[in-house]
Amino acid sequence: MSKELIRLKDVSMTFDGDTVLDNMNIYFNDKEFLTLLGPSGCGKTTTLRIIGGFLVPTSGDVFFDGVRINDVPPYLRQVNTVFQKYALFPHLNVYDNVAFGLRIPKSVDEGGTDINSESSGRGKRKKSKKVKLSKDEIDQRVQEMLEVVSLKGFEKRTVSSLSGGQQQRVAIARALVNRPKVLLLDEPLGALDMRLRKDMQQELKRIQQQMGITFIYVTHDQEEALAMSDTVVVMNNGKIQQIGTPEDIYNEPKNAFVADFIGESNIVDGIMRADRLVEIFGRQFQCVDSGFEKDEPVDVVIRPEDVDIVDVTQGALTGLVTSVTFKGMHYDIIVDFKGFKWLIETTDFCPVGSHIGIKLDPDSFHVMKKSEYSGMYGDYSSYSAEYDEISDAEYQEEESVDEEEYYES
Amino acid sequence: MKAKAFAYPYIFWMALFVVAPILIIVVYAFTSSTGSLTLDNFTSMGGSYLTVFGRSFLLAFIATAICLLIGYPVAHALAKEKSRLQGMIVMIIMLPMWMNFLLRTYSWMSILENTGLLNRFFAAIGLFDLINAISGFINNTFGTHLSTDLEYFEMINTQGAVVLGMVYNYLPFMILPIYSVILKIDSSYLEAARDLGAPPRTVFRKVVFPLSLSGVLSGITMVFVPAVSTFVISDLLGGAKIMLLGNLIQMQFLGGTYNPHLGSAIALVMMIVVIICMTIMNKFGAEEEQAVMF
Repeated sequence: MSKELIRLKDVSMTFDGDTVLDNMNIYFNDKEFLTLLGPSGCGKTTTLRIIGGFLVPTSGDVFFDGVRINDVPPYLRQVNTVFQKYALFPHLNVYDNVAFGLRIPKSVDEGGTDINSESSGRGKRKKSKKVKLSKDEIDQRVQEMLEVVSLKGFEKRTVSSLSGGQQQRVAIARALVNRPKVLLLDEPLGALDMRLRKDMQQELKRIQQQMGITFIYVTHDQEEALAMSDTVVVMNNGKIQQIGTPEDIYNEPKNAFVADFIGESNIVDGIMRADRLVEIFGRQFQCVDSGFEKDEPVDVVIRPEDVDIVDVTQGALTGLVTSVTFKGMHYDIIVDFKGFKWLIETTDFCPVGSHIGIKLDPDSFHVMKKSEYSGMYGDYSSYSAEYDEISDAEYQEEESVDEEEYYES
Repeated sequence: MKAKAFAYPYIFWMALFVVAPILIIVVYAFTSSTGSLTLDNFTSMGGSYLTVFGRSFLLAFIATAICLLIGYPVAHALAKEKSRLQGMIVMIIMLPMWMNFLLRTYSWMSILENTGLLNRFFAAIGLFDLINAISGFINNTFGTHLSTDLEYFEMINTQGAVVLGMVYNYLPFMILPIYSVILKIDSSYLEAARDLGAPPRTVFRKVVFPLSLSGVLSGITMVFVPAVSTFVISDLLGGAKIMLLGNLIQMQFLGGTYNPHLGSAIALVMMIVVIICMTIMNKFGAEEEQAVMF
């Protein structure tokens, strides 16, 4: 990708002795769609708020275009935010909401509206004169932006008369109309229903490409992250777990946390007997991974869709089907292998109680080094309960608790 | 449906003690003591009555403006405080209101009197001596005739004292509604405004103030209406000199010039003027919410 725009260097954040971000180092490239992905409380929103300027990190530095901006207040940053609950001004109509930022006189230096990258510093800021956009220019830019978000004709509507999806679009237009270099999006689709969410994902990706600016997107929804992003940053407990393209993250998870959080994974204990030879359940399998010590204990990820079901007699491993769920495209079946339950996706119907064999190709194994997350994930013994959790939209309450903490601080 | 039934006692109460008295006032205002229909009660209101009307509205207006100027910053600052401190300060603001209204106003009397606390304090620190000395010096130098026997400032029985009494008594009614409205403004609006490039002042002007207007309007109403009709404050702090509408009405019912018909007419006119004022203000306020934005 192109040049680096934002860098967080050794950034830590502590609220009341509670470490929310732990020595985070990350950079964001220009024009990239980057997603911060993780469960609630992982520090992703905190990261976003630090970039937006609403939080000052306890330690560490934030750089924008090479200039340290720790102490630059939000209103002087070339960054705009789409807030989780939109935060549209209730006393203004759609047009005035979008025009809000444009109506504020901006200090202008030689480099256009570029203040943050102005290295001559703060003294000069006061001298630079305030420039107000003309009414016509404001109107033109507002109309242009309403067009981008497909809200032409909604100018005079009050915010409260709009649907969730429309409010969402207004929030995006209100932020983008200022032509920021970076747009921060804090779970912007969280309050929308499933179908609208899918549409908006497409829409956001299109807008990002059309505007050609950096999007930093925060979500807990791994599907959303994979579908939209150029780069995904998986976070947990205030630490970055893995940075990579969606394909990397899915195919080559670094540890059990990432493997479990992104998609479905069966994670079993294994031993690397040699390069490209892994042993699980006392049997050795060909695999494609190498670079481990001989006899090193490892975590082995097997994705549910990579397992081939065969006749019991031909299986490398055999197990007992304990549960079957019809998912439309396929069945999710839970198979008990010597007390360890696997999730397998299959198009063949296998009734509960039947014995099956499985075949595993070398590239269906992904071998990971042992980590602090080893043994915590990847067993489907409590499968049904876990599925309930995934489908619940309960994250919102949790997130709002987080938010309150931020405001207090 | 059942819940509705619990409202009946109050509806009955309202009908009996709010609607009926107003109707009685209207009837009284349009009749003479003999019971015949007449407009004399209104036509006789001229001259000195107009002065009293003017004075009442002017003083109430000044008091309301002062309450707003003092109350808004207090309410705004208060809403930003930590919640524990907030509770304490609100309590301190409320505290005087738990004291008897008359008592509070009486105590201002003893403070403002010619031989009251404040004047004695000024005398004790030699303020009057100093002023007299300066006046004497000026007289000697320029040959003027400034008085040099100042013994007290005349504070009681002035319009200023009446306004002070109004502000003191009604300030909490300005602070509390504004405070509670500002408190409820979602902090995400403020963040959004900052995010969109608004420096703190602009955030206040374009977001906080417009969103707090409803509190301002109810604060103004709650101060202006009692202030314009008060008679205790003007009676105690204004004396006979500063007569307000309240005193005028009181006199017609309880005082020497007993004439409930005229009193009702005055009350009716006052009520109508107040209603007109409030309507205009609310309308203005509703537009203001939009207008402030440009």
